[in-house]
Amino acid sequence: MSKTPLPDDKAMLDDIAAIVEKTGCERKNLIPVLQNIQDRFLYLSEDAIKILSGHFGLSSCEIYGVATFYNQFRFNPPGKHQVKICLGTACHVKGGDIILENFERKLKIKTGHTTEDREFSIDKVACIGCCALAPAVVIDEKTHAHMTPTKIEGIFLGYEIEKEMKIREEKKRDDKDTPA
Amino acid sequence: MMIIISVDDKEIQAEEGTSLLKVCLDNGIYIPNLCYMEGMETPPSSCRLCFVDIDGEKNPVPSCSVKVREGMKVFTNTPRVRGLQWSAFELIMSNHRIDCGSCLSRKACPLIKISRHLKIRLKPFRVGHINSGNEDIVEDHPCLIYDITKCVRCGKCLHICEKIHGRLYLTFAGRGVDMGISFFGDSDDETIPCARCLACVKICPVSALLSYERYEHSPEGSSS
Repeated sequence: MSKTPLPDDKAMLDDIAAIVEKTGCERKNLIPVLQNIQDRFLYLSEDAIKILSGHFGLSSCEIYGVATFYNQFRFNPPGKHQVKICLGTACHVKGGDIILENFERKLKIKTGHTTEDREFSIDKVACIGCCALAPAVVIDEKTHAHMTPTKIEGIFLGYEIEKEMKIREEKKRDDKDTPA
Repeated sequence: MMIIISVDDKEIQAEEGTSLLKVCLDNGIYIPNLCYMEGMETPPSSCRLCFVDIDGEKNPVPSCSVKVREGMKVFTNTPRVRGLQWSAFELIMSNHRIDCGSCLSRKACPLIKISRHLKIRLKPFRVGHINSGNEDIVEDHPCLIYDITKCVRCGKCLHICEKIHGRLYLTFAGRGVDMGISFFGDSDDETIPCARCLACVKICPVSALLSYERYEHSPEGSSS
């Protein structure tokens, strides 16, 4: 069932094993180690949790239970573009959950997950501090105000165009580098 | 040492230091409870249903975590105790899918017993039904099926699992309304004892945890 790890995944697991090696196996060290791994690799993979479970003598599901209690841990690699949907009070009143649902449907993933091509990930956040713009969505660093389902289509079209342009530019550069 | 306590003006003999809830239950005085199991060193007191008033205590206390003492005067049905129990029960029921017709717990269901005892409807009328938005039925375990919409988060399955195996093969994950049982990381048939054990299935009071075999024989499982 377990897939063979990608080359960078293997490097990551070796790195994690090294981090774990350096810490004592008392229970109090669990959360600091989890934070350390989260900071470095931006998520906790299943294999990482297995390594920890061996080190601390806890079952992996126990560690998972601890980690899921805190919002700061994620269990999927974040996407290239991180979509954060605000569900604070103002955005909730203005229908933030509908926006969230639309993003989930559009990307065909659930909250906290990442698309298969690792382009986008969706997260819900509490207040992002711009209640006057509700319902608001932050993609990477850019805030999108007064979201509507139609605007979502527009945003994704923008990203698609950007991606297409990049591919074309690269192609042009390649063509220049290797003249026929 | 045997001591005498009074519960609802009835005198009861009890061994000093036993849990008050256990003493009452053993003597035929029912106090609603969901998360207490005999032999617990430190009961979680998380269901908030077993409240009683004790003479001399300022506020009602959960009886599972109180040890009996000589001359204790206990009242199980004062208005403020009932008030707390109603709220707690309604909050539990707000996250429980009521589907008694096709539920395997039927007559053994403690929720029905509690609702009769408290003279309160099963359906929470003040808070309504909260849907956590999670997937209803989790099937990522080789021999267990978990239905989050029925689970009352009593934690008995965790307690029994740790007691039998000395470690947890299932756990509470998430927080708030999203909290539920997870089998994370233990999905390998070969290494887990679940197929032979199923203690969690037997202990689950509301049939939220089922073995595949039981699920297929339930009205719900055979219809889908």
